[in-house]
Amino acid sequence: MTVSDGTCLRIRFRPGGALTSRARGTAGALVLAVLAALGFALLSSAPAHAADTVLVGSFTAPDGTPVEGVSVTVSNADGFSETVTSDANGDFSAALPSGGTYQIDLDVSTLPDGIALTKPEDESRSLLVLGGEKRILTKLVEGEGGGGGGGGFINVTGDQFLQLLFDGLLFGVMIALAALGLNLVFGTTGLTNFSHGDLVTLGAFTALLLNLSGVNIIIAAPIAVVFCAIVFGWGQNKVLWRPLRRRKTGLIAMMIISIGLAIVLRYSVALFFGAAPQTYKQYAGQAGINLGPVTATPKALILAALAVITLTAVVIWVQRSRIGKATRAVSDNPALASATGIDVEKVIAVVWIVAAGLAAFAGVYLGMTQNSVWNMGQRILLIIFASVILGGLGTVYGAIVGALVVGVFINLTSLVIPTEMKTVGALFVMILILMIRPQGLLGRRERVG
Amino acid sequence: MDWGFVLTQTMTQAVGVTAIIYILAAIGLNVQFGYAGLLNFGQVAFVAAGSYAVGVIVLTFDLSLWLAIVVAVVVATILALLLGIPTLRLRADYLAIVTIAASELFRLTVRSIAFKDVLGGAQGLNGKLGQQFHDTNPLPADFQSLPVLSWTRQDLWVVIVGWILIAAFTLLVWLLVRSPWGRVVKGIREDEDAVVSLGKNAFVYKLQALILGGIIAAFGGIVWAVAKQSVQPDTFQPDFTFFAYTILLLGGAARVFGPIVGGIIFWFLLAGTGEFLGQAIQAGWIDFLQPTDVGNIRFVLMGSGLIALMVFRPQGIFGDRKELALDAR
Repeated sequence: MTVSDGTCLRIRFRPGGALTSRARGTAGALVLAVLAALGFALLSSAPAHAADTVLVGSFTAPDGTPVEGVSVTVSNADGFSETVTSDANGDFSAALPSGGTYQIDLDVSTLPDGIALTKPEDESRSLLVLGGEKRILTKLVEGEGGGGGGGGFINVTGDQFLQLLFDGLLFGVMIALAALGLNLVFGTTGLTNFSHGDLVTLGAFTALLLNLSGVNIIIAAPIAVVFCAIVFGWGQNKVLWRPLRRRKTGLIAMMIISIGLAIVLRYSVALFFGAAPQTYKQYAGQAGINLGPVTATPKALILAALAVITLTAVVIWVQRSRIGKATRAVSDNPALASATGIDVEKVIAVVWIVAAGLAAFAGVYLGMTQNSVWNMGQRILLIIFASVILGGLGTVYGAIVGALVVGVFINLTSLVIPTEMKTVGALFVMILILMIRPQGLLGRRERVG
Repeated sequence: MDWGFVLTQTMTQAVGVTAIIYILAAIGLNVQFGYAGLLNFGQVAFVAAGSYAVGVIVLTFDLSLWLAIVVAVVVATILALLLGIPTLRLRADYLAIVTIAASELFRLTVRSIAFKDVLGGAQGLNGKLGQQFHDTNPLPADFQSLPVLSWTRQDLWVVIVGWILIAAFTLLVWLLVRSPWGRVVKGIREDEDAVVSLGKNAFVYKLQALILGGIIAAFGGIVWAVAKQSVQPDTFQPDFTFFAYTILLLGGAARVFGPIVGGIIFWFLLAGTGEFLGQAIQAGWIDFLQPTDVGNIRFVLMGSGLIALMVFRPQGIFGDRKELALDAR
């Protein structure tokens, strides 16, 4: 159980002053790579999840585009009846009062022209819901009035491939925001923070709270990011982690504390905001624009651009600024850094502010391009972990490169394996990486066993 | 407000079927984490393996439940080998991330539509999974209920056998940790290099601990499938593992009776707050909450409890700080 024996991977920059030309070259290449990624946009859509008893599902046209506006009525014998419509991602979710048998009716007339059900019996079905989340599958085919075989191998066109690549990069940029913060905190304090995903959720919901009280999301988003950086970053460190470090609490104990915190945060959000996915009032449904072979919504493009600028700024900050250099020094050796006059606690406080701010940005990104759900952060946490392990735990570039690779990989694997299993590929690659090159792509070779 | 009902329900759940499942998982964790020091965050995969072994053998292939138990043990062993061989050389934080990822990998794979014919997809396997077990029920057919604990005849039989299993595994753990094997494993936890320098193959011992803990957890999964007659992939979320950890840490890791004490207290508190809040809302004492909020509040309290426990008493209620001072490493 040795964690704190000084063999932890740390942020890997050359410590101290001048940057070598090699490091500068890496930074430049990275910025270029990320900016190149910017030409592309939009997130992959994940089906909605929710707490308590909830019925979820999604509609995707045979060509892979989500089908919006399909009306689904859920009712039971006790007089419960609710009609929901699928959102811009084709997802729908209906909160149910309890478990039991429900009648699910699909309004076929709300399906777009030329789209029909693969199985006509899906139009009306009776379903036993035991509690928790119940997912229903509805397959769609081209044609009128149902029937048709469907299925078979997907014929991948070049355009489809580009679109998936593009979506993957945009998803990767969002993951990179969260992964970079996680890695900064890990690098300076050694904490594997399992509640980092919930900082993403908090960002999305702080913006949602402001948005619901009448603030336009364009104004609400930056306020939310700053608020989260201060309250959930600086505040969290001040109230929880700093006292724990002073007590010399072990890293495993801290890891378990972060799990407890994750549970508290996640279910608090579920308590105050409910289980159903929510969207911001503005820009919820936006038509995609064509960019040559690929399509993306303008909001996704703008958010991705802002994310790339932010990532670049953080990278430059870590490399050039005084406090950034101090961060690297602390990452390399806290005791030595402290001996040279660096205020280690101050550095850690700044790192927490940056990490929570980045996570909040990722939350707003996810909330705007998909929706805000109480467990959104938990759902991407393992993808964030996969990214940082792929790139190298504790490395700044590793977090970004790892996130982009994982984002693209997740999307491209949906060509060969079912969409519902796309996370499986990323997790599998993560385990593979740990077997072959445990320090990650960009991590320095070091003992991790 | 019906205090009697709250108390009855709470007592019933504190030692009931769900508590038994979690206690078995926590006993497994105690072997892995408490004694061998392996930070296995994927325990739920072993529970799922046990449940699915029963579901697939009994329902999909229509074979005997007793065969299913053998298969569950074999599957848990294979899973432990698959999980352990690549990961056990990793540092604790890496091991934690990999094992949690592996458990999600397992869940996403078994719920996949690709294996729907055998594993039932997202709906899982539902049917008379435990019929063979329930047929052996020796309780009188006109059995009504125990005085305080409100189980059905069927549940009571599961509970009796479940506690026999817990007792058997606790005895096994008690015997093992006093054996030379137990001393070596504890030595690995304290200082792996020292044990290796004495000529012991630490990796093999760690793998054995992982397998043993996994098999015990798989029995939890078997109890689950038999008692609930249903195997649902989405019940095997990572949170299950975290709750099992909370139970273990509450009772005290590296204590033979830690999981049992922790499990009963955990479910007493969790069920108690749930029932109390539910009743209080119904009685109109609390008007700012909905009955559907109760579940969320319980989890918020549980998470807060876990934080408080780790901050103020990391050795748990009965733990020995000297034996396993979590905050010393």
